[in-house]
Amino acid sequence: MVRTLDQVFREDWGRVLATLISLLGDFELAEEAAQEAFAIAADHWLRDGTPSNPRAWLIRTARNRATDRIRRNRTLDAKYGLLVNDDGSEVQMATTAFPDERLELIFTCCHPALAIEAQVALTLRTLGGLTTDEIARAFLVPERTMAQRLVRAKRKIKAAGIPFRVPPPHQHRERLGAVLAVVYLIFNEGYVGRDELAAEAIWLGGALTEFLPDEPEIHGLLAMMLLNDSRREARFSGGELVLLADQDRSQWDTTQIAAGRAELDRALALGGRGPFVLQAAIASLHADTPCDWAQIAALYGELTRLTGSPVVELNRAIAVAETEGPAAGLRIVDALGLDDFRYLHSTRGELLRRLGRTDEARDAYLRARQLTDDGAERRFLERQLTELAGRTGAG
Amino acid sequence: MYADYGAINETPGVTPGPPMGLPENATTVRVDEGGKTLITDGPFVGMKEAVGGFFVLEADDLDAAIEVAARVPAARYGGAVEIRPAETYW
Repeated sequence: MVRTLDQVFREDWGRVLATLISLLGDFELAEEAAQEAFAIAADHWLRDGTPSNPRAWLIRTARNRATDRIRRNRTLDAKYGLLVNDDGSEVQMATTAFPDERLELIFTCCHPALAIEAQVALTLRTLGGLTTDEIARAFLVPERTMAQRLVRAKRKIKAAGIPFRVPPPHQHRERLGAVLAVVYLIFNEGYVGRDELAAEAIWLGGALTEFLPDEPEIHGLLAMMLLNDSRREARFSGGELVLLADQDRSQWDTTQIAAGRAELDRALALGGRGPFVLQAAIASLHADTPCDWAQIAALYGELTRLTGSPVVELNRAIAVAETEGPAAGLRIVDALGLDDFRYLHSTRGELLRRLGRTDEARDAYLRARQLTDDGAERRFLERQLTELAGRTGAG
Repeated sequence: MYADYGAINETPGVTPGPPMGLPENATTVRVDEGGKTLITDGPFVGMKEAVGGFFVLEADDLDAAIEVAARVPAARYGGAVEIRPAETYW
């Protein structure tokens, strides 16, 4: 029963909060009032049934709570003025159709004047409705630290005057990039094992496609996340990491692959050729049997030109190794200056192993292991090293 | 204490400025070679650099202040402009 209420709250939390922030002009006050309203709802709705317009009920209740709070706190006189008319009567709100202001909310939360960790935490808290404790656990930091991060971000928004609005056209592209970067970061955190964050990022991506249906990069990001996440079950077997080539394809989520490809088609139809659209196209090719590695290598090449990222070049090297052989891949890898990047060394190890240069392969795997904290990745590297040792023994 | 500040403000030769907000609410603005505005959270932290000047701006919001800050030549010549909100302490 409580679970059902949770589901009802899930989408409404972000919408109710966005409306309250717009109404009150204060993140902290709005959040406290929303929290109270949801707590009251949990109680009342179970007893009296769900009201006909739950969202309006929540906003009205929260606004009344905020008004009470402001009345109690005389120093907030100015804000009280926003909620009452000159004659002292309360401002009448249209209670049936509140505009959806979640897009304003996400642009505010992802404002570049906030630290990136704060942007991520604030987005998950306000749009996603995750509790401070849930966010803290997902990012492996103490709850107190996360609570401070959120409070500081909310205070900065107020003190520095970060606006609550969708950016004007001349800033739109850049600010949208910041929003997508936040969603991507949340997805990446989830991709290394914390499933709830991957699901959260996909949910946020879906919400963004509703807010801005004509932005190809949003569809690209959502497609890329859906396609990569569709292999989640197959990426681990008994807690151990399984490489793409060795994955049990029956464990791939075909419905999700289809959904991802539909998003990709939409992005391409909108003329998208941005970094996320390219990554989605690559993820889509990876889901084919057999993989078109030449095409994947070409797309990575395009992505490198767009981003200038050596990490993308490393991925291109892997695709090139599949079509032109390990020596060609290794030439690309050895030209990269990514000495502290563990995947550079694990990739080198793999290519050197294929070339039969066992000693060098071992050194590369050892260097990768030295740079890896993650348990499953370390164990994977251990297995590679054991296998290499077996080879040396046999040879 | 306020009387002391008031007295300083009325001292001949003094041009009073508004009190500044906390460094933690500062925003730093730089402009890269491509003309892109780079915005970071927090004050401008540099040990060797000197403050080259300041001005007071009345802006509707932080975005408006950032647009003005990005026009300061120092921001595109390797320097930075730190935006601090003005604060009311009384």
